[in-house]
Amino acid sequence: MSEVSNGASAAGDGGDPLVDVRGLTFGYAATPVVEDVDLRVDRGEYVGIVGPNGSGKSTLLRLVLGLHEADSGTAELLGHPARAFAERERVGYVAQDVTEDEKRMPITVSEVVLMGRFPHAGFGRVTAADRDRARDALETVGIGHLADRRITALSGGQRQRAYIARALAGEAELLVLDEPTVGVDAESVDAFFDLLDGLVADGLTVLLVEHDIGAVIEHASRVVCLNREVYFDGDPVAFAESDALDRAYGTNIRREEGGIRS
Amino acid sequence: MTAAVAAAAASVLLLSAPFDLLSRLVGLWSDGLGWVGEQLGIAMLDYVFMHHAFLVGALIAVMAPLIGTFLVHRQLALIGDALAHTAFAGVAVGLFVNSVLGAGISPYVTAVVVAVIAALAIELIAETTDAYNDVSMAIVLSTGFALGAVLISLNTGGLAVGINQYLFGNLSTVSRENAVLLVVLFAIVALVVTVTYKQLLYVTFDETAARVAGINVPWYNRLMTTLTALVVVGAMQIMGVILVAAMLVVPVAAAAQLARGFREALLASVVLAQIAVVAGITLSFNYNTTAGGTIVLVAVGVYIVAVLAGKVQSRRAGDDLPEREGAEGGAAERGAEPSSGGAGDDVAGAESAD
Repeated sequence: MSEVSNGASAAGDGGDPLVDVRGLTFGYAATPVVEDVDLRVDRGEYVGIVGPNGSGKSTLLRLVLGLHEADSGTAELLGHPARAFAERERVGYVAQDVTEDEKRMPITVSEVVLMGRFPHAGFGRVTAADRDRARDALETVGIGHLADRRITALSGGQRQRAYIARALAGEAELLVLDEPTVGVDAESVDAFFDLLDGLVADGLTVLLVEHDIGAVIEHASRVVCLNREVYFDGDPVAFAESDALDRAYGTNIRREEGGIRS
Repeated sequence: MTAAVAAAAASVLLLSAPFDLLSRLVGLWSDGLGWVGEQLGIAMLDYVFMHHAFLVGALIAVMAPLIGTFLVHRQLALIGDALAHTAFAGVAVGLFVNSVLGAGISPYVTAVVVAVIAALAIELIAETTDAYNDVSMAIVLSTGFALGAVLISLNTGGLAVGINQYLFGNLSTVSRENAVLLVVLFAIVALVVTVTYKQLLYVTFDETAARVAGINVPWYNRLMTTLTALVVVGAMQIMGVILVAAMLVVPVAAAAQLARGFREALLASVVLAQIAVVAGITLSFNYNTTAGGTIVLVAVGVYIVAVLAGKVQSRRAGDDLPEREGAEGGAAERGAEPSSGGAGDDVAGAESAD
């Protein structure tokens, strides 16, 4: 509903979905982790995927990004098969384990953000313009003053912003986030979602996997409730009023019983 | 093995064309260093082999930490050690072939070939098992060393005599030919890292994000391991098989204590390695100690100083960084909260939103 109003770029190819997943099934072992999933994300949307632990949310995201090969069905990203890894400078990615502290690699915040420019630079040199863009991105997310810190010296919330800045520096059109608020304190989580709201208002498309259902209902423009299959896909208000949540979260038990019976 | 011999022969042919030019350059370096020694009255610079040793040492002290920085920060320091031991097998192959066929192939050339093959084998194992595990690395390491030991014992005749120089390194055996080989290896490593620096950094920092960004991660892993093989063989001449991995690790670990950024860490590791190599070679000459061991001991000394300096630095930085405490408080909170409680909170959050 809101995608039409979104920016000049929508006029050009607003009809093409950024993410187009059809009949997607994937499993690590015999039993599928995601089964027959359809998901289409259009430009300007803010889609939140929710579901219980082990529901296949992160796996679905990895399939969209081409990190796994689907057993059946198709996953297209930016109009290319996800496994082709084409035009990836248009995709920004914020992973789940950003607060993981074990790796004490010396690298500054500005160096991390500059990585967003690497897919653009290819084998060429990073130019002054690239550095300017990275600096602007840091300012946008409000941590310009931390540019010369080691990334490991930042709090979880600050680190989230650094990774968002990396995506912005790369001029990503689609931002994919996998449980970005794990290990981030409550106050920073609120500020983080406010930041995302602002970016979406500026025309960014967001695909978010998040365990905090309340936050997704409050901020996203569309909710996808997943537990192996899609239980709900639509308006957040309608989702809050539906019984999809109960069905999705209660379904593991029912599934097992069904398995025994059959 | 015949393939390895053919490849070695081919690379010898390949090298022979620009060899003369490089050889002349090494000669110029030697003349220059001899002149400096004369002017300053430095006795050890009277010897041509010391000119070669300093040249080789300086190049090693650039390329070893350069590659080591990428390896150490991916927790792959062991790869250097594994490849060094397979390079030993390559040396044994070279010596074996020379004694059987009477060919004049430098054992370092066969070491390059065998180490690169081993590097690709390690990557193949890592890709098929989906992990670099220390078990497969240990298997490659011991296979390489065992193969070398067996090949050498097969014709013990004249071989056991010269083997120490490969195990422990030797300053006085760095010939002009070996120096030229090292210049070539250095040029390859420096060029490849310069061109692929961004990709290597991205893969080192976050492999998953690098894949999402469209970087062909397996390809860069193979490239990295192959470069490691080249560096290890190059550094083997004065470091020896057993200690060569130290040059990939120790200066890098020291630099990580001092530097904040990656570029800074790279630069610092090269500077610290240069200190270790120049001081190590000098001490080794003056006290008649083994070069590799001396260099490593100096490097470890530098590392200890770096750790202490890093502690002082971070304590001082900690005083004027109030945010840092907040970050640690957050981490502690996170640790205290049981993970199963998180799911319960979610449902509660959803209900309150209703």
